[in-house]
Amino acid sequence: MMRLRSGRTETTAFNHVILFLLALFALGPVLVLFLNSVKTSEQIAQNPFSIPAEPRWDNYTVAYERGNYANTVKNSAILTGGTVIGVLIVGGMGGYALAHLEIRGANIIAFYFLVGTAIPIQLYVVPLFFLWKNFGLLNTHLGLIIIYCATSSPFATYLIRSYMVALPKEFIEAAKIDGASKFQVMTQVILPLSWPGFLTTGLIVGLGVWNEFLIAVTFMHHPDLKPVATSLRAFQERFTRDWGLTNAASVIMLLPVLILFLLMQRRFIEGLTQGGMKM
Amino acid sequence: MAFKIDSRVGVTTAYRWRQILSNYVFLAPVVALNLIVIVIPSLTSIYISMTKWSGLNQPEFIGLANFDRLINDPIYWKSLSHNVIWTIFFLTIPVFMGLMGAFLLSGIKRFQMLYRVAFFIPYVIASVVNTELWRTLLHPRHGIGAWLAKQGIEGFDIRVFGSKHTALYGVAFVDSWHFWGFLVIVYLAAMYQVQPDLYEVAILEGASRFQRFRHVTVPGIRPTLVFTLLMIMIWSVPAFDYIYLLTDGGPAHASEVLGTYLYNMSFFRFEVGYAAAIGVTMALITACIVAIFVILRRRGWEI
Repeated sequence: MMRLRSGRTETTAFNHVILFLLALFALGPVLVLFLNSVKTSEQIAQNPFSIPAEPRWDNYTVAYERGNYANTVKNSAILTGGTVIGVLIVGGMGGYALAHLEIRGANIIAFYFLVGTAIPIQLYVVPLFFLWKNFGLLNTHLGLIIIYCATSSPFATYLIRSYMVALPKEFIEAAKIDGASKFQVMTQVILPLSWPGFLTTGLIVGLGVWNEFLIAVTFMHHPDLKPVATSLRAFQERFTRDWGLTNAASVIMLLPVLILFLLMQRRFIEGLTQGGMKM
Repeated sequence: MAFKIDSRVGVTTAYRWRQILSNYVFLAPVVALNLIVIVIPSLTSIYISMTKWSGLNQPEFIGLANFDRLINDPIYWKSLSHNVIWTIFFLTIPVFMGLMGAFLLSGIKRFQMLYRVAFFIPYVIASVVNTELWRTLLHPRHGIGAWLAKQGIEGFDIRVFGSKHTALYGVAFVDSWHFWGFLVIVYLAAMYQVQPDLYEVAILEGASRFQRFRHVTVPGIRPTLVFTLLMIMIWSVPAFDYIYLLTDGGPAHASEVLGTYLYNMSFFRFEVGYAAAIGVTMALITACIVAIFVILRRRGWEI
């Protein structure tokens, strides 16, 4: 409070000027993407910043159809939904064990979850590719979901655990005295109390899967099963000269994320900064 | 009395053992998942790195020959040097912008939420979209440069991603545009933990805005600052998406990094053994970064 009060005696105009410029730097390019998505290539070439007199909404319908979005959005939804459900179950159980159960070597596992995110994916992506080939998991949604669950599980377990550790022990003790089993404690006491942690974790993991590129491009070559990210890449390569069209296709991928982020930005920011991790 | 307790202890130990074992059931799925997808393939990589293997035939054990080849491979060293440049780029420009943005944000109350959301938006956008956006914006004939040239400001209508002098920095710029807003939010959260009376004292002593930043804010958020620097170093080793999407390491390896070099080596040139050797060195680099951090910390550095 003191700081804010004394801060006000100084002018904040300087802050606002610089912050506005920084915001323009962050958002300007995104706005240009939206503008260009309703223009023709010629209009973009003339002036990339112009506001089109007659917006070409057609770009969206054409991009949606030629990009086969009805199909790719479904694929991405399967991957995102499957991974979120999988990782919340697996991470929720692991987080519960690390937070409230007696585990020998819990420190080692917690340390692995911290360091595990630092292992460069290039170390294991090649052997994993051949392993998945042998298992018949290449070019399947299940194969991708398992990888995504694994790569996001250290983060998810860690984040869920941090929410569960904060729960008052009395609730758990009371449930145990009432004769609840460990599983019942988890589903009937811990879960209802730590759902914000699950929601935050689910949002962050879901965002990561929707946006993910490297694993998708490596493990999914079947054109009908590709997610939005890699088919958008193929679309960009097919229509390199039609900027309006490729920009519209990009907006289609971006829009659900943007809407969800604006609705739940507090949770997104909290989860992403707490986890301190880039997916 | 004594007899009673003894028998109870017998029961409880067996019971307790079962209890403790059942605890591991909860942990088993997440551990198994990590073993299958990450740990075992990582260890397999070490073996593959000592073989000659195209991915189709039988791997042939060749000892350390891949590493020998790696030491004499100029493109490997070029890629590694690009990773170093990439790291230095991210340790300076986005960190500076993140600190500046957070410090300015901590000094205002109105519109703070709005700015935070604005800065964070590029961070939630997919690499495929961000690269498309900047490829359009930096296009020599219909991007910002061409537009400036039309206004009479020449010299910016260059092929940023197509020239070997600018490709690496162009890609690093795009990726850091996506990243810096994340740092603002992290640093801002840390700045709110700094003791407010420290600022009071500084203001009473007539410290300027910059002096307060330098002598109160930066020391106050030091643990967070060092942690983000460590994370940037760790994340720079596997850097891949933005480079692959914008230049694919080109032109003529001008923006090649270890991640793209390994990828093309294994999936396009089918030199899987050699690619694994590159992967092993990447893991070693990461291990060194973590080790240096741990050693400095043990030596009493407050990080």
